[in-house]
Amino acid sequence: MIYLNGAIFCGIICLLGELILDNTKLTAGHITSLFVVLGAILSFFGIYDYFTEWAGVASSVPITSFGNLLYKACIEGYYTKGALGLFSNLLSTTSAGICSAIIFAFFITLFCKAKD
Amino acid sequence: MNKDDYKLLVKKYTPSEERLKNALMAFITGALIGIISIIIFQILTSYNIGDKEANVWTIIILIFLASLFTGLGFFDNWVAKVRCGLIIPITGFAHSVTSSALDYKKDGLITGLGANVFKLAGSVILYGIVSAFILAVIKVVLYG
Repeated sequence: MIYLNGAIFCGIICLLGELILDNTKLTAGHITSLFVVLGAILSFFGIYDYFTEWAGVASSVPITSFGNLLYKACIEGYYTKGALGLFSNLLSTTSAGICSAIIFAFFITLFCKAKD
Repeated sequence: MNKDDYKLLVKKYTPSEERLKNALMAFITGALIGIISIIIFQILTSYNIGDKEANVWTIIILIFLASLFTGLGFFDNWVAKVRCGLIIPITGFAHSVTSSALDYKKDGLITGLGANVFKLAGSVILYGIVSAFILAVIKVVLYG
């Protein structure tokens, strides 16, 4: 059952992105930025928690989960460390994604060639 | 039939069919990535890794696979074909970082690779951080 929920959740978010890409002049960069902000807004209203409960790990795969995690880390930082936590905690949960992307990109770039 | 009529006719029929196909492809690819992520997660939890850690490892494995396939050269074709099906999941983030690193490698390690690695993915990080910060401040001001 969790497989079906995860597939539907990821599929629908990708479908929405593709519809925006096809029917407007926005580029892929616009859409990913838009979806991150959307994820933060959904998290702000507490809606993203329902998605996490419903779709499990698949809810953290689309880029919307990036906004969700950023917002949650930021607000949690305020409650644990005060105003400083807004800044110091902001990247705590998304650090794994950003750092792994940078590290893998660097080493793979050293060993691979760009396509002509 | 004159030229304008013909153009209108072409416009009327071709794009909608293409759009339907694109949308379907994006849905199927997105669904597949969702299923793959759950399979990876299930395998990791069966090795006694906690739920939260397994979740992060799943994301890291997906990022690694997307970067590796981009480096090997065939991920670009996949992205060109299914577009949002691979751009919206975290694979798109990894792909944009690795492909801009590869493209600018020829300009040197500092001014090429270093300066351009976030050329495409930078906007995601910037707007993510700014919007999360603003929303958190709003929440703090309104609800304490």
